Amino acid sequence: MKSLRSPLPLLLALFLLAGLAVSLGSSGPAQAQQSTPPGVTDDQVNAVAKQLYCPVCENIPLDVCPTTACAQWRALIKEKLGQGWSEAQIKDYFVAQYGDRVLAAPPARGLNWLVYLIPPVILTIGAFILYRALRSWKQPPSSAGEPGQPVTGPTDPYAARLEEELRRR
Amino acid sequence: MVANLGYGALVIAFLISLYGAGAALYGVRKNDPAWIDSARNAMLLTFPLVSLAALTIIYLLVTNHYEVEYVTSVTSNSMPFYLKVTALWGGQAGSLIFWSWLMSAFASAVTLRKWERDREFLPWVIVVSLVTLAFFLSLSIFIENPFVRLWQTGTGSVVSAMLQPAGAVSFVPADGSGLNPLLRHPGMIIHPPLLYLGFVSFVIPYAFAIAALVTGRTDDRWIRLTRRWSLVAWLFLSLGLLLGGRWAYDVLGWGGYWGWDPVEIAAFMPWLTGTAFLHSVMIQEKRGMLKHWNMILVILTYDLVIFGTFLTRSGVLSSVHAFAQSAIGPVFFGFIGLTFIVSLSLLLRRWNELKSEAQMTSMLSREALFLLNNLLFMGILVVCFWGVLFPLISELFTGQKVTVGPPFYERATAPLFGGLLLLMGVAPLAAWRHSTAKTLGRSMWKPFIASLVVLAFVLLTGVRNPIALLGFWLCAFVAAVTLYEFWRGAQARHHTRAESLPLALWRLAGRNRRRYGGYVIHLGVVLMAIGIIGIELFQSETQGTIPQGNQLTLGDYSITFDSLANFDTNDGRNVARAVVSVFKDGQYVGELHPRRDYYYESQQPMTIPGVRSTWEDDFYVLLVDWQPVSTQGATFKIYENPLVNWLWLGGFVFILGTLVAAWPDRDPETARVPVRRTAYKPAEA
Repeated sequence: MKSLRSPLPLLLALFLLAGLAVSLGSSGPAQAQQSTPPGVTDDQVNAVAKQLYCPVCENIPLDVCPTTACAQWRALIKEKLGQGWSEAQIKDYFVAQYGDRVLAAPPARGLNWLVYLIPPVILTIGAFILYRALRSWKQPPSSAGEPGQPVTGPTDPYAARLEEELRRR
Repeated sequence: MVANLGYGALVIAFLISLYGAGAALYGVRKNDPAWIDSARNAMLLTFPLVSLAALTIIYLLVTNHYEVEYVTSVTSNSMPFYLKVTALWGGQAGSLIFWSWLMSAFASAVTLRKWERDREFLPWVIVVSLVTLAFFLSLSIFIENPFVRLWQTGTGSVVSAMLQPAGAVSFVPADGSGLNPLLRHPGMIIHPPLLYLGFVSFVIPYAFAIAALVTGRTDDRWIRLTRRWSLVAWLFLSLGLLLGGRWAYDVLGWGGYWGWDPVEIAAFMPWLTGTAFLHSVMIQEKRGMLKHWNMILVILTYDLVIFGTFLTRSGVLSSVHAFAQSAIGPVFFGFIGLTFIVSLSLLLRRWNELKSEAQMTSMLSREALFLLNNLLFMGILVVCFWGVLFPLISELFTGQKVTVGPPFYERATAPLFGGLLLLMGVAPLAAWRHSTAKTLGRSMWKPFIASLVVLAFVLLTGVRNPIALLGFWLCAFVAAVTLYEFWRGAQARHHTRAESLPLALWRLAGRNRRRYGGYVIHLGVVLMAIGIIGIELFQSETQGTIPQGNQLTLGDYSITFDSLANFDTNDGRNVARAVVSVFKDGQYVGELHPRRDYYYESQQPMTIPGVRSTWEDDFYVLLVDWQPVSTQGATFKIYENPLVNWLWLGGFVFILGTLVAAWPDRDPETARVPVRRTAYKPAEA
């Protein structure tokens, strides 16, 4: 029997890794927004607030946080939007005031790179170990004399395999 | 004093746990069954003792014994009876007792089973259970004591202490501060105990794994003995996570169900390793492979359970300083580190004896695809673990606090979840042992064509988002494969045994409920994925302030602000309740009542949405703000959440499948003797 060594699992793993790397790398670009007219809508405020977290209410985005402090922040965003500030400027303003923690994800610089690099690196190592292990375990099925190869009767090979699988549970 | 009684029961239970663990060890060493029986009795005795402590707390809670600090912190006069009972797990000290209670109950249940065939496991299962129990009891006794009382000293200041300080008198506040309003929802009342049930049940497979490692019985007996425990643990954990999501959707008022909060992730991590474990044990059972890996997974799950218990209650992750200041943090980390190192060194000692009995023969075999599934689960675990930990590391090294929020997790895990879905479609078609691209292709083409038909249909409905199209195609593919598997199996029986198709299907599922229950779970995941794709990719929202009688529009929907009432309730809330009429495509479809509850005791607002739910979408209205004179207007935030109901339906199917898989067999479990070639060696100790 010819051994069919398929690279599919490896390719799949690489594909996923690439997806992971790309999606992690593209840290959400702050959509530039032209200066807003005086009548700033709540939706415009929420579009900015959605991306911010106040230091007190942990893990609740600013746009839905019910506390008074967060309402004040939203009012501040509205005021700045009314003055024609861009989304990026407002975010920078809050970062300058309260630090990086107001952003939904750490900006990719300095030590923060670790947060984006470690998971893909570990996953790559895991994929590599798995690939090596599979390679080393694999052997031509004929020479090993693997016992208990499903006895495929003259009837239906699927039925026979199913029987065998259900028996050994 | 009742509090002293409870505390005394805890202390005695703690001492007995230590004694039992010691007696079991000594019994093994001296090979003396009398000592092991004594250890077993000690194990059984912990349950009534911890029950007494837990019932004492419940008694104190329902009888308003406010001189007990814990009672003051989680109850108040205005709370109804059932909430006072559930306040047992409403705070950290109480929930630790609840944990111990479950632990002693489960360990006792295991101890009571028949042990003839597995006598050598017994002492070690007792040791692991009792050491874990003793650890949690020691936390309750020394650090988070729920029985601590309030005292007023001679100088008038109020202190909390277990025993009466000299010259102090008992201090009894007139009312307590009440349970966190967020925890008063029915979903939140059952969500924590379910998670805890899941957490604690996972200790049992771990205990058996350690027993197998210590005794050197390296066959798959431990896995067979704990198969149902693992499934039940997983069932509770899944149920806890689902109810948590539902609760967030109904109560938290942010239009979502999962916020990638560290506390949520803490419960999700053992679920990830547990799911990987449930898949990979099948390889050991069928093929005698991956023995090391299964041990690693069960050890990881145990330590993540302890880690999760710690995270869900203590809130110490918010800052390094909070962690350093809390007495409980270092103790927890010490215990996790210790158990992890001891478990790993036991594993290393047996490393060579845990050699695989068979070899991987094909990269497309089911075992190889299961390994890939494990890799993806571990990938998600790494993302979660690292995301939870990184803010602490950042603060420690740079002093800069950062938030690792949903955008990070979503981007990092989405491709991994996609890969898992793909595997869910491919793996059930792959044969154990040997499978080639050709055989796989032959069994795959029919479901594949079916999934393309579904994709064409989705395209016709106007969906153009490429990620959504990929996601919906994957869902269709997995569903087609799974249904095809049911059909193929039933057909085979129909032909070989001349059974009618429905009977064939029924008997087929009965032959191997774990397999077909698993497929039902896969179908549940598909339904959940449909809901998640819907709400994550197609949610739309708007917010606006409208005067009474005016309209706010979102897509096909619009609402009219009819009226607003503001009143106090007798359970300590101020309620602002709006009435809005909902129109879809200009047609009146009903009335919703979004409201804002303000809890006076805890000074906490809660936003309860008004939701109109259909299979197509949820229309979700929040009352954000209002003017004192309601005719001047109120601010509403409205969401359209497409397909989100499929998520809950999927959750239901998911749990149903787990029940099918975990339902007890009619034939006694002991009847199934493992057919393994490896003989086990008796204990060396």
